[in-house]
Amino acid sequence: MHEFGVDLMSPGGWLPLAFALVMALSMLAYVILDGYDLGVGALLDSADSVEQKDIMIASIGPFWDANETWLVLGVGVLLVGFPMAHGVILGALYLPVALMLVALSLRGVAFDFRVKAKAQHRPLWDKTFYIGSLLASWSQGFMLGQLITGFQQDTAGYFFSALIGFCLVFTYRLLGAGWLIMKTEGALQMQAVEWAKSSLWLTAAGVFAISVATPLVSPRIFDKWFSFPNLLMLLPIPAMTLALFLVIRRSLSRLPTRFAQGNQYGAGVPFASTVGIFLLSFYGLAYSLFPWLVIDRINIWQAASSPEALMVIFYGVVLVLPVIIGYTVFAYRVFWGKSTQLRY
Amino acid sequence: MEVLFMDALDPVVLARLQFAANITFHILFPTISIALGWFLLFFKTRFVATNEQHWMDAYQFWVKIFALTFALGVVSGITMSFQFGTNWPGFMNTVGNVAGPLLAYEVLTAFFLEATFLGIMLFGRGRVSEGVHTLATWLVALGTTASAFWILALNSWMHTPAGFEMINGQAHVTSWFEVIFNPSFPYRMTHMLIASGLTGSFLLAGISAYRWLKNDRSKDVMAALRTGVMVAAVLIPVQIVVGDLHGLNTLKYQPAKLAAMEGIWETQKGVPAVLFAIPDKATQSNHYEIAIPKLASFYLTHDWNGEVKGIKEFGDQHPPVGPVFWAFRIMVGMGLLMLAVSWFASYELKFKNALSKRTAMVLVAMTFAGWVALVSGWYVTEIGRQPWLVHGVLTTAQAASKVPAGNIALSLAMYLTLYAALLSAYVSVVFYLAKKAVDGGHEASTDLKGIRHA
Repeated sequence: MHEFGVDLMSPGGWLPLAFALVMALSMLAYVILDGYDLGVGALLDSADSVEQKDIMIASIGPFWDANETWLVLGVGVLLVGFPMAHGVILGALYLPVALMLVALSLRGVAFDFRVKAKAQHRPLWDKTFYIGSLLASWSQGFMLGQLITGFQQDTAGYFFSALIGFCLVFTYRLLGAGWLIMKTEGALQMQAVEWAKSSLWLTAAGVFAISVATPLVSPRIFDKWFSFPNLLMLLPIPAMTLALFLVIRRSLSRLPTRFAQGNQYGAGVPFASTVGIFLLSFYGLAYSLFPWLVIDRINIWQAASSPEALMVIFYGVVLVLPVIIGYTVFAYRVFWGKSTQLRY
Repeated sequence: MEVLFMDALDPVVLARLQFAANITFHILFPTISIALGWFLLFFKTRFVATNEQHWMDAYQFWVKIFALTFALGVVSGITMSFQFGTNWPGFMNTVGNVAGPLLAYEVLTAFFLEATFLGIMLFGRGRVSEGVHTLATWLVALGTTASAFWILALNSWMHTPAGFEMINGQAHVTSWFEVIFNPSFPYRMTHMLIASGLTGSFLLAGISAYRWLKNDRSKDVMAALRTGVMVAAVLIPVQIVVGDLHGLNTLKYQPAKLAAMEGIWETQKGVPAVLFAIPDKATQSNHYEIAIPKLASFYLTHDWNGEVKGIKEFGDQHPPVGPVFWAFRIMVGMGLLMLAVSWFASYELKFKNALSKRTAMVLVAMTFAGWVALVSGWYVTEIGRQPWLVHGVLTTAQAASKVPAGNIALSLAMYLTLYAALLSAYVSVVFYLAKKAVDGGHEASTDLKGIRHA
């Protein structure tokens, strides 16, 4: 990291790097985990019956709360690890963040209210859950668009960000549909295959738009990708992404026949492949942006807190994060398999 | 009018209003869930120990309210985590080295724990063993309390900062022990946890009394009623003593706040305890004062002629007197009311073995009494800290962001609408759940009983 005048052997050098990694992984965990439950929320309005809605909600019930905690960790690390960038980024994203928070609040509580409020209010809370999920997804996409354009606050920047927001809604829908294919049976499962099919193209459009736009924003990013030998070494990323899209398409066309025969083989393929696309896109994005938190303006070392404060948190992260991952895995194992009605 | 309008568009005022709105709304729910988590654990362990079904019925009913409360706490808490940075960037820039690790440890040790095991606690019965389910209940209760520990350590540090040095305008920690166990922390933590216990026990008593008035005399209702009333009766005198100690701590470290609480303008000896007054900041004096001579000196300094500093002593470095003075009286008044009601109700339950209809109605009216006392108590301490954000280190105005006032006004309007809607929905659904339990017996838990016996 000579170009940034950073000595990676000193705590001031490697700690920001470690925290950037923790933040990136938390955000990745967030978009995948909350992504599928936001996606299920964004599909709720398309369900045929109250029973289907109940099962859809039941499939995410035990998890959504912990899923959202990854956002708190990601933003928390941004706040405590890179306070300067936190102010700049969240200041620039003030209104989309506020919209996302209101939307997340609405869906979070609608989840509980829908089964506890009077029966005649239930459709209202279902609608709230749906709209909250939709708006939260869209505003996250909008923020992503803003992030990769370096917070370009003009018509073109807003238009692009709005478009990415729109695509992210469908990406989450694809992930949510994949989750439902895995976790449900019967008519709902068949329905979920159709939902996944209809979400596939706009997901691909979003990934494509980001891939094209990112290098155009900064000549530095352009050089990172399109100089030799980088280009050859990086080629597997878009190639694998494309391959995964094809795998999903093939799987979606084959699954209905199999399900009709009572064969659940491969029910996890669309979900797992979509997660694969998330991982690759995330990796590509991280490669483009690193080490900048705000493109070409604020890097992780400039924004970092004092090494001693980071060190205190670092011990906690090293000690506690494996435990968190451990009991998260445990919770998923407890609720493994097809979802059933939730009652308590 | 013009002045008012200008004030309202001041970004610092708006940012404060918004933060106050968010944190006020947020604190309502953790306050309940911290206590309710332990009440649920109590019901659960009673059930495991006695195998009496009514303890499980109580658990099944209250876990629904817990889940709802928890969800509201989570979503409003996520909002808080963003607003530290968006509304108060100067806070993290100046004291980030202290606040950052405390917040990080809250997320790491509390948030994930409670959120993950909540899923198992709510939906896991029948999927995990009874022991693991009880463990999950334990961990959720521990998580909520651990969260209170970290956030109150940080909040207390903002009132009585310790264990740090300022280098180039930034706080650097010299001792984490002194940071966490700063002078006001033990008092604030105890005061807050008992406040949570009182809020939870009045909720328990109020909702149970509501069911009782609707002629639901089932054993689980009576068990929850007794638990709520008795716990409240035990906690409230302890709370009064702890509150008094906390006040003495404030006198030592934040005398300006204490002067505002007591409504004392002039530094004097033999200070009267002001029961009622209308403090006037223009004349720097009280109107219509009703006071007991020398009493304040006695309980503040344990000397009838002890000297207490007045507000004038602090120049313009003092909080607004009116809000602090009034909030303090509301809190104390509510505390005394809680004392009377909980003692009388426990007297009836203990010696007459029955609740009178009138007492039950008072308990229903006081279902959310804990909230009133708690929020006014928080206003005392937080408004009382002004003009400081971190006492003696950073003022609120210095920490404010440069976000345009229009944006803050817009988001504030969104939040206020949302919170008003959610709060009314919450209160009405809590009572609706009680009504449904009365009407439908305990059908909701029947299939779970089936699983348990299978």
